Amino acid sequence: MVEHLLEVRDLSVEFHTAVGTVRAVQNVSWHLDRGETLAILGESGSGKSVSASAIMNLIDMPPGKITSGTILLDGRDMLKMTPEERRLINGAKIAMIFQDPLAHLNPVYTVGWQITEMMTTHGQTGGGANVRALELLRRVGITDPEKAMRKYPFQFSGGQRQRLMIAMAIACKPDILIADEPTTALDVTVQAQVLELLQELQQETGMGMLLITHDLGVVAEIADRVVVMNSGCIVETGNAAEVYRDPQNAYTKKLIAAAPGKGAMPEERSRQGDPLLHGVGLKKSYGSFQALKGVDFFIMPGETVAVVGESGSGKSTLARAIVRLDDPQEGQVLYRGKDLLAMTPKEMFGLRRDLQMVFQDPTQSLNPRMTVYQLISEAWVIHSDILPKAKWKDRVSELLVKVGLKPDMAERYPHQFSGGQRQRIAIARALAMEPKLIICDEAVSALDVSIQAQVIALLEGLRREFGLSYLFIAHDLPVVRDFADRVIVMKAGEIVEEGPVRQIFDAPVHPYTQALLAASLDPDPDVQATRRAARRRQEGLVPA
Amino acid sequence: MKSFIGKRAIASGVSLVVLIVIVFFLSRLTGDPTDLYLPLDATTEMRQQFREINGFNDPLIVQFGRYVSDLVQGNFGQSLRQARPAMDVVLEAFVWTFWLAVITMALVTVAAIIIGSLAAFRVGGVFDRIATFFSLIGAAAPDFWLAIVAIVIFAVKLHVLPTSGTGSVWHWVLPVGVLFIRPFGLILQVVRGSMISVLSSAYVKTARAKGVRSTSIIFVHGLRNAMLPVITVIGDQSAAILNGAVVVETVFGFPGIGKLMIDSILLRDFAVVLAVIMVSALAIFIMNLLIDLAYALLDPRIRY
Repeated sequence: MVEHLLEVRDLSVEFHTAVGTVRAVQNVSWHLDRGETLAILGESGSGKSVSASAIMNLIDMPPGKITSGTILLDGRDMLKMTPEERRLINGAKIAMIFQDPLAHLNPVYTVGWQITEMMTTHGQTGGGANVRALELLRRVGITDPEKAMRKYPFQFSGGQRQRLMIAMAIACKPDILIADEPTTALDVTVQAQVLELLQELQQETGMGMLLITHDLGVVAEIADRVVVMNSGCIVETGNAAEVYRDPQNAYTKKLIAAAPGKGAMPEERSRQGDPLLHGVGLKKSYGSFQALKGVDFFIMPGETVAVVGESGSGKSTLARAIVRLDDPQEGQVLYRGKDLLAMTPKEMFGLRRDLQMVFQDPTQSLNPRMTVYQLISEAWVIHSDILPKAKWKDRVSELLVKVGLKPDMAERYPHQFSGGQRQRIAIARALAMEPKLIICDEAVSALDVSIQAQVIALLEGLRREFGLSYLFIAHDLPVVRDFADRVIVMKAGEIVEEGPVRQIFDAPVHPYTQALLAASLDPDPDVQATRRAARRRQEGLVPA
Repeated sequence: MKSFIGKRAIASGVSLVVLIVIVFFLSRLTGDPTDLYLPLDATTEMRQQFREINGFNDPLIVQFGRYVSDLVQGNFGQSLRQARPAMDVVLEAFVWTFWLAVITMALVTVAAIIIGSLAAFRVGGVFDRIATFFSLIGAAAPDFWLAIVAIVIFAVKLHVLPTSGTGSVWHWVLPVGVLFIRPFGLILQVVRGSMISVLSSAYVKTARAKGVRSTSIIFVHGLRNAMLPVITVIGDQSAAILNGAVVVETVFGFPGIGKLMIDSILLRDFAVVLAVIMVSALAIFIMNLLIDLAYALLDPRIRY
């Protein structure tokens, strides 16, 4: 039998919780060889991270329990090793990077300390570790490594932090690097850079890479082979390109079909009449930081306008300015010709119901101590003229059906629902106000692809039914492509480009829009390979 | 940083002035000290003379004016009871209380941090259960009762420790021991709780993935992060002892500031009461400043 670098055989892991036993993974087998990248693809709850946690000995037992299987590293079963042997493998032979580098770096120690600790833990001397740490920081593209060594994680940007994590992970030249959603929290252009760095490092060191992700685009960009997981089981394994082109399993097919950014783009609508909402010269500063530097925009009735941009572009500040959660210092927001910013709180109150918001994280935006019925009917408590109390119950049921939930769920609490269901509740709550405009601030970003597709379809249906307008704030370009009529691209507090969705996606003019589109990942491995080749050619022509 | 300390000092100064005004007039409401100091058969003339010497005959507002003008010249008044400067009396007592607080809180801090951290490492384990059981009993035990029981057991029955007073190292054992128990139980619980949440944090997961030793995960990666809420409670408890562990000092006849405060109030030794309050207020101010500085020292994200 061929001996692999790392092989997981027949692994089953259970978690014993208050509500019963959860079978996190069942009889999972896969292997990883030197120099290759294996992706484990799955949605939340699929158990895609569990085997990695088992390899790193990160599963707390109890409540976790490994009920069967072996994990062979160079032919030796890791599950039969002593804890001390396992500890010495962690970091030295197998290293790991995580999704949210800010949370995963210790906030109170310097970056230099944290990187050198990796090496001193595994027997290197302090002086040697220091020299190597500087070398590593330079390698992962941190400018001024000497200064960076003395800084703390919070003093870096998200992309830089992930580079720091990578520098730390490769410090002891591990044979295997496990990357758990390494780019999920990053902006698209930064994601592209980090993935490229990982690929370069792999080529230099020949390490095997295990990539855990929910993103078909990331798989297409970087993986050689892919393992598709669904509810604790492997449903399909194979060459990444082949699996994409010719998926065998029904779940894989569904997952690929749900990937956004492939449908036909909507035709440009004719613009008639007055805009529903019109922002003029909006400016907002926080101290010396200018979040909005004079933004103009408009939304027509029944139109979906997407605002795209990376973190810090001012897109959320814009949303908050419109609904007056955070008033801008200058400018006007004209709603049907009247300036919202000049209104008294009383006048504003009457209009609040026309402008509703759906936030990114429904776990935080829904009060955990209120039932679904209370959450939705609260609108009518506040705006008593919408609906007489006798009709509340029927209307809640109606709204729940409208967003794809069941009327008998009204008495449940938010924690009893899944992420996608919770976002539907948030949408139902917004609809209860019978609004004219819904502002969706990254409303689908935290959802799994298949759920994302359903929520988008729901929003689209509601638009047709009620003639709603949407201001759709997103960083995810493929979703915008499927859903928006018009796109506003923001960068550093300014609108750099604006136009119908076809124009933005097919013929972007501004270099930033072009960069955003080039960096966004296509789920098709062949498309990604072509783009990658083009990028390499370009880099070859223009040396850094 | 300097401006931060300056602002704090001004704010504390203002509250101190308000406090002095309130205490000055409130203490006068308790009555005339003359009757407490002169013998029962003292004549009216003698009483009158005593009031004259100590200025109790003047209107209150005049007495207050005199007190303030003495104060700005650095004169805190005379102790009626001991017939010497009130501040000398207070500082003498404060030194005793200061060492009592320092020794007790140093022991509490070290013990609570080590035991609390280890308890948090294996939540629900045998060690955790024992530590939690005893710390909850400790946090709940009233100190007057503990003090008396301790005297009964160690002094009266076993004859191993002195009942009260000062003079040798052994005199410190019971006061420190009794004062130790409540803050120990309380701080241990805070350390444990804070440590449990820190140990389940993402950066501790990273440390485990790096292969860092368990002791280092707890005491290097975990502890510094877990210390912020702990420091607040340590400061709180230290301030409480610094202000005079009234009950414990009284029961053990310990010549600290708490006992002095009670004695002075009972004997209407006004100048001493006011001096005690000023010294305690200053101690609390410095204590809070130290806590804030410790915050900044432990967490680089906090800067003033």
